[in-house]
Amino acid sequence: MLEIKCPYCGKRSQNEFSYGGDATIKRPQLGEEISTEDWDNFVYYRDNPRGKHSELWHHVSGCRQWFKVSRDTATHEIFDTCKMNEDFNV
Amino acid sequence: MSNSFRTTNSTGLINKDKKINFTFNGTIYHGYEGDTLASALIANGVHLVGRSFKYHRPRGFLGVGVEEPNAMVQLHDGNKSEPNIIATEVELVEGLKAKSQNCWPSVQFDIGEINNVLNRFFPAGFYYKTFMWPKSFWMKIYEPFIRKAAGMGKAPLLPDPDRYEHNYEHCDVLVVGSGPSGLASALAAAKNGARVILAEDKPNFGGSLLTDEVTIGNMSGKEWASDTISQLKSMPNVILKKRSQVFGYYDHNMTVMIERVSDHIENPSKYTPRQRLHYIRAGEVIVSTGSIERPISFGNNDRPGIVLASAAKEYMKVYETLVGKKPIIFTNNDTAYSTALEFIKNDIEPIIVDTRDSSNGELVKEVQQKGISIKFNSGIADTKGHLKINSAIIGKLDSSKESFILEETVECDCICMSGGWTPTVHLSSQAGNKLKFNDDIDAFVPDKKRQKETAIGAANGSFTLNQSLAEGFQVGFDLSNKFTDQNNPTNSPNSNEPSYEKHEKLWCMPLPSGKKPKRFIDFQNDVAVSDVELAIREGFRSIEHVKRYTTLGMAGDQGKTSNLNGLQYVSKIEKKIVPEVGHTTFRPPYTPVTIGAIVGREVGNHYLPTRKSPIHTWHEENNAVFVAAGLWQRPRYYPRGSEDMNTAVNREAANVRKNVGICDVTTLGKIDIKGPDAPEFLNRVYTNAWLKLPVGKARYGVMLREDGMVFDDGTTSRLSENHFHMTTTTAQAANVLSHLEYYLQVVWPDLDVNVLSTTEQWSGIAVAGPKSRDLLSKLFPDVDMSNEGLPFMGLVDSSIDGIKARIYRISFSGELAYEVNVESNYGLYMWKKIMEVGQSFDIQPYGTEALSTLRIEMGHVAGAELDGRTIPFDVGLNSMVSQKKDFIGKRSLSKDAFTESDRQTIVGLVPLDKKTKIPEGSHIIEDNSAVAPIPKLGHVSSSCWSVEYNNPFSIAIIKDGKNKIGKNLYAVSPLKDISIPVEVVSSHYVDPEGSRVRS
Ligand SMILES: [Zn+2]
Repeated sequence: MLEIKCPYCGKRSQNEFSYGGDATIKRPQLGEEISTEDWDNFVYYRDNPRGKHSELWHHVSGCRQWFKVSRDTATHEIFDTCKMNEDFNV
Repeated sequence: MSNSFRTTNSTGLINKDKKINFTFNGTIYHGYEGDTLASALIANGVHLVGRSFKYHRPRGFLGVGVEEPNAMVQLHDGNKSEPNIIATEVELVEGLKAKSQNCWPSVQFDIGEINNVLNRFFPAGFYYKTFMWPKSFWMKIYEPFIRKAAGMGKAPLLPDPDRYEHNYEHCDVLVVGSGPSGLASALAAAKNGARVILAEDKPNFGGSLLTDEVTIGNMSGKEWASDTISQLKSMPNVILKKRSQVFGYYDHNMTVMIERVSDHIENPSKYTPRQRLHYIRAGEVIVSTGSIERPISFGNNDRPGIVLASAAKEYMKVYETLVGKKPIIFTNNDTAYSTALEFIKNDIEPIIVDTRDSSNGELVKEVQQKGISIKFNSGIADTKGHLKINSAIIGKLDSSKESFILEETVECDCICMSGGWTPTVHLSSQAGNKLKFNDDIDAFVPDKKRQKETAIGAANGSFTLNQSLAEGFQVGFDLSNKFTDQNNPTNSPNSNEPSYEKHEKLWCMPLPSGKKPKRFIDFQNDVAVSDVELAIREGFRSIEHVKRYTTLGMAGDQGKTSNLNGLQYVSKIEKKIVPEVGHTTFRPPYTPVTIGAIVGREVGNHYLPTRKSPIHTWHEENNAVFVAAGLWQRPRYYPRGSEDMNTAVNREAANVRKNVGICDVTTLGKIDIKGPDAPEFLNRVYTNAWLKLPVGKARYGVMLREDGMVFDDGTTSRLSENHFHMTTTTAQAANVLSHLEYYLQVVWPDLDVNVLSTTEQWSGIAVAGPKSRDLLSKLFPDVDMSNEGLPFMGLVDSSIDGIKARIYRISFSGELAYEVNVESNYGLYMWKKIMEVGQSFDIQPYGTEALSTLRIEMGHVAGAELDGRTIPFDVGLNSMVSQKKDFIGKRSLSKDAFTESDRQTIVGLVPLDKKTKIPEGSHIIEDNSAVAPIPKLGHVSSSCWSVEYNNPFSIAIIKDGKNKIGKNLYAVSPLKDISIPVEVVSSHYVDPEGSRVRS
């Protein structure tokens, strides 16, 4: 079980959180003309890197904030966590 | 034969004043307080405890602790019965019952032993090839045979009566194992102010100090251990846990430990759990798990009475028990000589067989000084004795040590063997440590760590006491310094132990001349040298493949005694050095763990809270039958007298259509939405338009996921300019809130909107049916309930008896209907009030079943249709989709597959006989007599008995549904062998114009 540092609450066990996928995905603008390929890339296609991955987590059983986690998908090492409007330090 | 194998000394840890009676295979024996089941049986001369896994060979004890591969027994009976328990780990309690497993009819005479004779059918990989052909034999012959012949103990069929608990702990430093290095590190870390947990698997702290003749400072090793424990006990920052095995090392320094709390207590309090599972999140973990002695492979090295030398020593020193009175010590190193000396202390002269040419170790000299001659350059070739060893064939090794030159038969009643020592690296390996091979000790030791884990002492390959203590004190101090600022190191005391000469790299004896006895490597999995040879001959090269093909090092044992010997043998055949062969992965749990402990208190209702509406007590008093909706308990129906469910449901639903019904809808999700951008936010979340919804009006809304699938639906109303009240389905309430938070926090943080769950703040009561207006007019005389005063989708605030109520004119049943919302605490009051006034209108409560019937008849979609695979078009919600604005998931709706005209869409189905109910989940096909595979047109999502038309009615989602209306198809349920001819009709079966809700 991972130990994740919520930027608002501090370190908590993984079972308080839910995973929210790739944090680098940007939703297309509303009303934007967009090709099917670009839309599919947004909806379905995700990189599956071995190593550093920046991802979203939701502190569901806590402060209910979404935030960013930089995690190694192979070792589970967490390099940094930050609020949505911040950038990772490492 | 009672306890005739006890020693006469009393220097051990058993209490000979307290006798304990127990039963093994139906015979009553006694042992003493402090005994294990193993030591007590050995003291009674019992070595035969089980039959081996594949060949059903008679097996006895090999070890004295967790390393024991053979002595697995079935404990207790009835609902306390427990299989596969290692007898060396069971503390004796009065009345304990144990029996052998994997044998029939008895351990002395076992029919499965024929496998041993037919062992050509059970070579390595026998699962994969012997039983593969002919195929038809598998189910009838091979499988039942394997099930009966192989297999371990029997799982109990009754519920476990014991209680198990879970505990979460945090500490700075967790020390696993309380031998010299573990004690030293715990003491150093604790004295430096760190929060320390020290875990010891055995009932006594001290590890090897309990059996080794050493001195530390001016004390014996044993005294130093007990002195250190007293010091630790007195410190408030230390938790000491014995009978506690750390069996798993997971991510982020989460370890899991099983504590045997009351297994050793005769009559534990009913408030004491049997076992406790500790989840320990440690800042640093010190792995001081010691080492395990390796066996030697030689002919028939698995007979009862053949034990590890260290085990024989511990039985003598700790349990005052002799494994035999005519021992042979067989070794490739010096440590086994301490076992020889222990026998000599008990006036027993062992025969010593040493593979080496010579040794000048202190213990060897001491043995020689006692006048015992040593057979150097010799080995054991074979053994005899069916149910217990009675003799060994000892051979002189030739110069290459590849064969024997002289062989002699020697009588004995036990062999104590030592092939050297293997550091217990399981936890380090589980933690992700890349092990390295240490040539000096011929074993793997931890190297590159991935987590905050440090191995010390024997687990780190440091086999001398001096080194172990030095590492312990140093590492304990260094690691604790990360957590405290006391900088207070503890010095390592002087210590003294005998010097040892090096072991010989020889773990497998040559075969005796003219014979091919089995030489076992892995006792638990019955893997012999010949199996490894076969696997390699058949082309298995990777050690992981050899492991799986031969089953070497698998299962509960995890290769504790066999791993290194297996690797050594593979490397010998392959002519590679061991590090090139590599090692297999060690997996948790290190020792078997009861399922009960893993489950803990998550039994029955799984420790989940039950959510009850404020009106729950009324439902109970009025004979409601409840159904679980997530955590909620909802009334399913309210039977009257002897009514069955169908009768009650039909009555309740019909009464809504005819008079008026009342339904508790408190469980619907409710979300309060506030902020200047709230209308814009809803406009993006829902498929329809929201900007122009007037204050005081409600609107039905549908929300999609980005992939275009319908996510949820509900009614949302505008309470003021920037304040909305959203309702969701009961099932999706939590997910919708997360969804909204995601868009507000991640995607559109610029929107100034707040969302908050208010599900539990409001109690909701649906009042539905043609008489609902009259009822509510009477209850709220001040409110204009007319169609103009409170039109469909309108809302109004009112009150009775000073209780504020919000009345929505919304309908799920398709009838003229309202929903009265009050603060939760007044839910019951309002419900009773409505019931009271409703008497003159023939009001009846209805449950979730009638609620379903009413919505199905109307063709209203719910969870069964919104199953994550349907877009609005599929379920008749196209009119809800705005063409003018963008919203979540809209772009997906214009994708090719989503615009095909013959998509599966919603329809109604009526059986042609108007009698047969169509099971939900049935497949819809066109031709009943076609040959399989028959193309499937779709499936039945919801079924009910239509109270309007008095015949069955179902909603289905079928290919090109709109164009199938009027056609006859079949609903088939192959599992139930049902095929029902049906007519396709509109899904809006009742009041398709929707005139009733607007009346
Ligand atoms: Zn938080």
